[in-house]
Amino acid sequence: MSQRPRLHLLRLAWLPLCLLLTACHVDMYDQPRYTANQPSELFADGRAMRPPPANTVAMGSFDDQSAMFTGRLNGELAVELPMELTAELLERGQTRYNAFCAPCHGQTGEGNGVAAYRGGLTVPTLHNDRLRTVAIGYYFDVITNGINRMYSYANRIPAEDRWAVAAYVRALQLSQHANADDLNPEERQQLP
Amino acid sequence: MSAQIFPRNANAIAIISIVGLLLLIGGIVAALVGVYLSPWYTEVGNAKAQPVPFSHKHHVDQLKIDCRYCHATVEQVAHAGFPSTDTCMSCHSQIWTNSPLLKPVRDSYQSGEPVVWNRIYDLPDFVYFNHSVHVAKGIGCASCHAGTNEQNLTAKAQALWMGWCLGCHRNPEEFVRPREEVFNMNFDTSSLTLDQRVSLVEEYQIPTDGRLTNCYICHR
Ligand code: HEC
Ligand code: HEC
Ligand code: HEC
Ligand code: HEC
Ligand code: HEC
Ligand code: HEC
Repeated sequence: MSQRPRLHLLRLAWLPLCLLLTACHVDMYDQPRYTANQPSELFADGRAMRPPPANTVAMGSFDDQSAMFTGRLNGELAVELPMELTAELLERGQTRYNAFCAPCHGQTGEGNGVAAYRGGLTVPTLHNDRLRTVAIGYYFDVITNGINRMYSYANRIPAEDRWAVAAYVRALQLSQHANADDLNPEERQQLP
Repeated sequence: MSAQIFPRNANAIAIISIVGLLLLIGGIVAALVGVYLSPWYTEVGNAKAQPVPFSHKHHVDQLKIDCRYCHATVEQVAHAGFPSTDTCMSCHSQIWTNSPLLKPVRDSYQSGEPVVWNRIYDLPDFVYFNHSVHVAKGIGCASCHAGTNEQNLTAKAQALWMGWCLGCHRNPEEFVRPREEVFNMNFDTSSLTLDQRVSLVEEYQIPTDGRLTNCYICHR
């Protein structure tokens, strides 16, 4: 009787050997497959993430008749948003504008973002009569295709968001070109 | 009388060697744990050399460029991703165009071969991680990449232990912040009261029933 418990314990003597098993296997850490942003020796340009072949589009993201994806209707720049104008859309546009446009065009669109005053880049203002009256599709077009020195933002801003930015630019233009008569008397008091 | 088999001090030797052996094993284990926790193994705080000495301090803290300008996919997909050469060139085709530091970027733009950045945060391949869900549920970049905005060369802020992930998955109310502040690296989550954070967890419908600590969440 008194021998039994000790034997049981002895049988467990191999347990410490398990320690040897740990920390010796890192084979599953880097498995033989590609993950995002990994370099590759297989492809000539050295990247595992393959850029899509030229002229391919994602399913559901192209329709050359739709203003949503081209900014044009029947070849003319669209004059209206292809979606409903809501407060959410403007808010969405504001975050996108501040992230992607403000570094150059500035928070108000005056063309005085950091790249302008720290980097010496000349950026035009978004507040002139031509830009205030141009069709809204123009903004979609500039974001999608770039213009002269400004690069395209199409690969970073999805089509819906480009329209949201366009709508927000219009809101900025209104806010920077407001008429003092639109204010109520109290607010007019606060004008300098 | 038979001769003595054991010397007089046999008992002492036995005790000393047992204690010594235990101490040795303990020491080895402690040393291993020490190595495991040390920055040498976890790489916390090690700024790695990069092909271009890109500085978040410069671009984020001083120039106030939003994370999304360069890590544009962070809200939509699993990976925040590294900025393409085109992204750097949208500014640097016009400004600092002659900087020798930016030569690899210009070369890459000419040749089409990407700049290969050295990874700082790298989970084992058997762990599934997704940025978009964390960003959508009000977990700020700073909760996991604290101080990135103050670094001249990016260094790891946090060892990616499983226990660290679980700590937050058990108590998301400790770390949650309003969605508008996710990209704000200077927002302090303790500026909200616990009640406010608990109601954020409810508003964002973050499960608190223990589902988030199930193994299949991260090992799928
Ligand atoms: C890297 C700096 C930079 C960023 C970021 C940038 N732009 Fe521009 N943008 C410019 C420059 C420079 C021009 C002038 C291009 C030229 O004519 O040489 C310009 C021109 C424009 C014009 C045309 C103005 C005109 O006179 O016809 C519009 C509209 C515009 N940008 C909108 C945007 C919007 C919307 C965004 C955000 C999605 C944006 N830009 C982001 C630098 C930038
Ligand atoms: C002007 C472009 C730019 C902006 C803006 C930017 N980053 Fe980065 N980021 C980079 C580049 C380039 C790298 C790769 C080089 C490196 O690791 O420093 C990087 C790397 C990182 C890494 C390390 C990735 C890894 O594992 O190797 C983290 C984390 C990161 N950025 C977080 C942020 C956060 C958070 C913000 C916003 C506060 C931000 N970045 C804003 C360009 C940018
Ligand atoms: C929104 C515009 C913008 C973008 C995008 C941008 N930078 Fe810059 N970068 C600047 C400005 C402005 C400076 C100069 C800041 C200063 O010294 O005041 C600068 C400076 C630098 C410098 C220091 C140059 C020198 O000689 O001192 C490096 C290196 C650099 N950037 C790398 C990058 C890389 C790599 C990327 C792409 C991931 C990038 N930048 C994207 C605006 C930008
Ligand atoms: C919950 C923690 C957490 C949050 C919040 C978080 N990250 Fe990450 N980040 C990680 C982890 C973990 C990795 C490593 C991923 C891997 O190895 O697959 C990573 C990797 C990265 C990388 C390297 C490239 C990649 O996609 O793997 C960048 C860049 C990055 N994060 C930027 C950001 C930015 C910008 C934000 C804020 C919008 C952010 N992260 C928020 C945990 C987080
Ligand atoms: C600071 C807090 C925090 C940290 C740190 C954190 N998470 Fe999360 N994680 C969350 C929250 C909040 C959610 C959202 C849960 C939900 O609403 O479904 C989440 C969700 C997830 C999901 C998706 C869950 C699902 O519903 O399928 C995965 C996968 C995940 N986290 C992996 C990780 C991994 C891996 C790490 C460590 C590298 C990590 N997380 C670290 C807070 C965190
Ligand atoms: C919130 C995400 C998350 C959940 C949930 C999770 N893990 Fe993990 N697990 C991780 C991460 C991250 C690592 C990698 C840690 C490292 O790099 O050392 C890991 C590593 C591991 C490892 C390998 C350890 C090693 O270094 O070899 C095992 C085994 C493991 N987990 C088991 C589990 C089990 C069992 C569960 C369920 C009870 C679980 N995990 C739930 C995130 C998670």
